[in-house]
Amino acid sequence: MKPRRWKIELWVLNFIALSYLALVLVVPMANVFYQAFKDGMEGFWLTFSNEDFRSAAKLTITVAAIAVPLNTVFGLCAAWVLARHRFPGKAIVLSILDLPFSISPVVAGLMIVLLYGRNGWFGGWLEANNVRVVFAFPGIALASAFVSLPFVAREVIPVLEELGKDQEEAARTLGANSWQTFWRVIVPSIKWGLLYGVLLTNARAIGEFGAVSVVSGNIAGDTQTLPLFVETAYKEYQTQAAYSASVALALLAIVTLVAKNILASATKSGEKH
Amino acid sequence: MGITVEHVTKRFDEFLAIDDVCLEVPTGSLVALLGPSGSGKSTLLRMIAGLESPDQGRIFLTGEDATQKDVRDRDIGFVFQHYALFKHMTVRKNIAFGLEIRQQPRPKIRARVEELLELVQLRGLGDRYPHQLSGGQRQRVALARALAVEPRFLLLDEPFGALDAKVRQELRSWLRHLHDDVHVTTVFVTHDQEEAMEVSDYVVVMHHGRIEQVGTPAEIYDRPQTSFVMSFIGPVNILPAHAPLATPEAASASPEARRVFVRPRDINISVAPTPDTVPAKIQRLTHLGWEVKLDLLLEDGHSLQAHLSREQFDPLGLVPSQTVHINPKAIKSFPLDYAI
Repeated sequence: MKPRRWKIELWVLNFIALSYLALVLVVPMANVFYQAFKDGMEGFWLTFSNEDFRSAAKLTITVAAIAVPLNTVFGLCAAWVLARHRFPGKAIVLSILDLPFSISPVVAGLMIVLLYGRNGWFGGWLEANNVRVVFAFPGIALASAFVSLPFVAREVIPVLEELGKDQEEAARTLGANSWQTFWRVIVPSIKWGLLYGVLLTNARAIGEFGAVSVVSGNIAGDTQTLPLFVETAYKEYQTQAAYSASVALALLAIVTLVAKNILASATKSGEKH
Repeated sequence: MGITVEHVTKRFDEFLAIDDVCLEVPTGSLVALLGPSGSGKSTLLRMIAGLESPDQGRIFLTGEDATQKDVRDRDIGFVFQHYALFKHMTVRKNIAFGLEIRQQPRPKIRARVEELLELVQLRGLGDRYPHQLSGGQRQRVALARALAVEPRFLLLDEPFGALDAKVRQELRSWLRHLHDDVHVTTVFVTHDQEEAMEVSDYVVVMHHGRIEQVGTPAEIYDRPQTSFVMSFIGPVNILPAHAPLATPEAASASPEARRVFVRPRDINISVAPTPDTVPAKIQRLTHLGWEVKLDLLLEDGHSLQAHLSREQFDPLGLVPSQTVHINPKAIKSFPLDYAI
């Protein structure tokens, strides 16, 4: 009696999980692709030759190219300090690190405007020195860096904690300096956590809408990122362009995922955890 | 002198881990730091290695003040209790690590690694990863890795602590043989008195961050200087100084607080009384195959244990509840200075 009942429950559970996934994830995603390609490839390619679209894609990739390395280096340093040292106020630092998760992106964008905008704290000085942050590239980069800041540290801290100090100490007793220990012992041990953190950072930096829309001014061909382009196109009833740009965004994400898997299988031969 | 520790003190927050310790380790010797957990033995070893720095005092390596020296410049090899192998490297890569850091030429590294694989009897396993090895094999890789750079000092922190009894036993005698071949000044930490006695030239007994006694295994066993050493090295009976089997001098010279210590193996048992024996009743006999344990009750209510070899036990034909007559051989008397 019992095994049979279990089977049914398992089936029901599976059904619920899969339906939920399909409803929330798969169908909307598939629909984006369907809408983008339903009139053939032509409309899709047309969007690609759109000047504003190209500019938006370029801006998005440039922003990611700045925010991701920045947050990777910072995240590694933060993870190191938080995982290896005990100091008063550590719990507070950990919570501060999570702020970008808990603060609404719009508020994050506003904070940047309030600091660097014309009437902001640094506004006068910036204007005097002819530097534009808000409604310009630096503001967009700052906003993207802010919202994607915690990922690397959050992924690496538990890995470092689990790794313990033994291997680092062993490397030191064998003559390795900090640099050598970092590259030869620590990085290979934390690489999966690190890579995952970098991927999430990248995804967030590419996809950020709220914070960026506040600071960018959304000037087509200049300060418009891909997500902003999608929104504008949609509002202007250029449905085809909106869906095609969405597909481009999705493809960027897929490319990073594929890159991760290729990297993983290339380095994984013979090695396990 | 190989290693000299001068008045070293180390605190962790409020905890006094090492309390004004002095120690000399002769060049080429194999020394065991023996003590219960929390006695400071690992901390002392880590300070010699440079993985911890002393709050006070100095550490000399081959006569040179190394207190401020970085781990990397101390010319040590260190073996950790949980191996600390680099999990993402093969055995060969692990062993070669120190040599690669020192930028030795490749052919030389390759030759040295093969030599070490041979030494630790792991030939043919060079391309395995640590997770593919047994505990004993991993610890031997760790040893080979530490020895690869030909350190002047080999420091081992509970090297066999995580291994099962049989492998422990094998590695122990193997370490002893290795030391006889390689002759590197070696200090190892252990909480197992048998391991310390079996492997080392000198045993350093530690307790509460202090050194209780330093000596050869025989000295430590035969002439313990404190009640802690007496009771930590092998089983012991502890009785008040006025108990009937206390020798007259121990009893008279001792104030109330003193205790007499006698090892279970140092108690002679006879069936018939003689002038220097006291009567005791056998409460329990435990056969261990090679040895028999007797739980004895003295007339004044104190109990003690005697261990007899089969050669001693068999001719006596003892049975439980029988009254026997005992004569302890090597009674020692110490003030009772700690709680057991």
